[in-house]
Amino acid sequence: MRRAEIITAGLMALLSIYLMIKSSELDIGIIEGEGPGGGFWPFWLSAGMLISCIWIAINWYRRTSPPSQSTEVYMDSYGLRMLLLVGGGVTAFIGLIHFIGFYGAIPVFLIYYIRFLGRHSWAATLAISLPAPVITFLFFDIAMRIVLPKGYLEPLFLPLYDFFF
Amino acid sequence: MEILGHLADGMFIALEPLNIMLMLGGVALGLFIGAMPGLGSVNGVAILLPATFLVPPTSAMIFLAAIYYGAMYGGAISSITLGIPGASTAVATTFDGRPMALKGRADLALVTAAVASFVGGTVANLLFTAFAPPLAQVALDFGDPEIFALMLLAFATFIGLGGDDIPKTLFSICIGLVLATVGIDIMSGEPRLIFGDITGFMHGINFLVLAIGIYGIGEMIWTIDSTRGKLTMTEAVLSIGRIISAVKESCAGWKGTAIGSFLGFFVGILPAAGATPGSLMSYGVTKMVSKNPEEFGKGSIEGVAAPEAANNSASTGAMLPMLTLGIPGSPTTAILLGGMVIWGLQPGPRLFVDQTEFVWGLIGSFYISNFFALIVNLAFIPLFIWMLRMPFTVLAPMIFVLSIVGGYAATQDMHDVWLMLIFGVGAYLLRKLDYPVAPAVLAIVLGPIAEPKLRQSLLFSDGDPMIFLTRPISGPITVIAIILILLPLIKLIRDKLKARKTTNA
Repeated sequence: MRRAEIITAGLMALLSIYLMIKSSELDIGIIEGEGPGGGFWPFWLSAGMLISCIWIAINWYRRTSPPSQSTEVYMDSYGLRMLLLVGGGVTAFIGLIHFIGFYGAIPVFLIYYIRFLGRHSWAATLAISLPAPVITFLFFDIAMRIVLPKGYLEPLFLPLYDFFF
Repeated sequence: MEILGHLADGMFIALEPLNIMLMLGGVALGLFIGAMPGLGSVNGVAILLPATFLVPPTSAMIFLAAIYYGAMYGGAISSITLGIPGASTAVATTFDGRPMALKGRADLALVTAAVASFVGGTVANLLFTAFAPPLAQVALDFGDPEIFALMLLAFATFIGLGGDDIPKTLFSICIGLVLATVGIDIMSGEPRLIFGDITGFMHGINFLVLAIGIYGIGEMIWTIDSTRGKLTMTEAVLSIGRIISAVKESCAGWKGTAIGSFLGFFVGILPAAGATPGSLMSYGVTKMVSKNPEEFGKGSIEGVAAPEAANNSASTGAMLPMLTLGIPGSPTTAILLGGMVIWGLQPGPRLFVDQTEFVWGLIGSFYISNFFALIVNLAFIPLFIWMLRMPFTVLAPMIFVLSIVGGYAATQDMHDVWLMLIFGVGAYLLRKLDYPVAPAVLAIVLGPIAEPKLRQSLLFSDGDPMIFLTRPISGPITVIAIILILLPLIKLIRDKLKARKTTNA
């Protein structure tokens, strides 16, 4: 935990510096007759982030914050495995949307999670993952008229559009 | 008298058939969301906000407020039957609710919680109705410096009273405010912070992208990691006869209910505090003034009543600054405030003048939702307990799907869905190191309002920051904000001096 604390503070400090540089693309000072420039607010807030990171680092050095004293591991094997399986699953889900759209990716993700991570029966898995895209379609595409991306499955939906619109 | 007239009009709006359905649906969903460990009102409201684009703003707000209410009731169900709080707002309910359940009186604990929640909610509604219109009236005179000073105060309370690591709280506030500046600078019209020239950043980062990322994706990963799927359940034996006798018995907790109702409301108004500290403080105060403090922690009725009355009362209290000043009193109300902006409403005191139907319809719905929540809660306790058996491996993927579909629906851009994933995982990793996430959500909602106010104030004063200190209303607010920011420092110095004294003595 102690090492993770200082690495995170360091990374966040780098992010702050990047944001400060990026903000200074616009005027960061006060323009006569116009008030503060467009970069003023984000620049000084990023500076605030940097100061916080330095402060966190000082606390780390003096061992005054709980994570800087903790000897626990930041990410144990369970946590890491879970992050890879769950976080990876969600990432793959979003990636799949680009190819097979929401209505293809939703059942694939639900089957992966409920059947393979949750180890529930196929009956339970299918009872949830098959109606899910239907309900989503009726709610978003039909009721709210928010058309979700369909990827390469778009042609399959043409008859449905004809039916509903 | 004028207020009563408005309130009656509001009740009529809330009693339209669509709104009644939304309130019933909202409290039922809220009860479920509150009862489910890992989900609280803030998660429910963030994830379901995109679904409300279907109905007019007043109905959408009534629905989300009903979820907020219901979740305050629901948190007690898992605190009592599972011994783990269903939401952070119900942490204090486990202290006495769980021991009572282990003694075989889960029914008494559940009924006490429901009754106390109802009383807390009702007291808060009355206080709200009495205080909100005059406060909005006063706030109508606020100019840019006053509003900016109020925002400063909101962030200062996080630093002074939030109780989290101070540099990390400050970091969270700053990053939220910086993320809010991405996109076109509305005052100069120039693009700002367009990372890697990706066009998706041109329309800015919608607060829902951050809120759903943190409270949908990040929260689920956090819960899976921290609970590791081990829960045990206490059964509650319930029947109509038992409920009636339990209602009578629960009256013994009246003192806790009274303290919780009033203390919760005023703590709820403070921006950083909200329902969680409100309920913990009420528990502490009730224990302090109780005739039988030794019973606390062993299943005291007062100990269940106080935090439950307080969390309901605080949730209404948190709505007060949100509606009258445009400053949210809790993370959930921050999301509601962001929702109001999406619906095209300008938050702030003018709502009471320009959008009377919206404001009073919502206030009217508080009373009715509160009543519905009590009835639905008492009638369906067995059903909610049954639903708590739903394995997390079924609930979690459904939440992920809802988060991602909802995140897409909010902006209709896949770029934002990826951003949401990054925020979710990032929030989880930072949260493991005690970085508070709520200030960032508050900041991304308030940022787009705060920045123009600051710039206009400084334009007005030719760049002199003293404008915040010299004006009659913004002056005292700014001073209080500065004191709050310095409060932890003062405490530190006092502790040091005390330590020196004891070593010398």
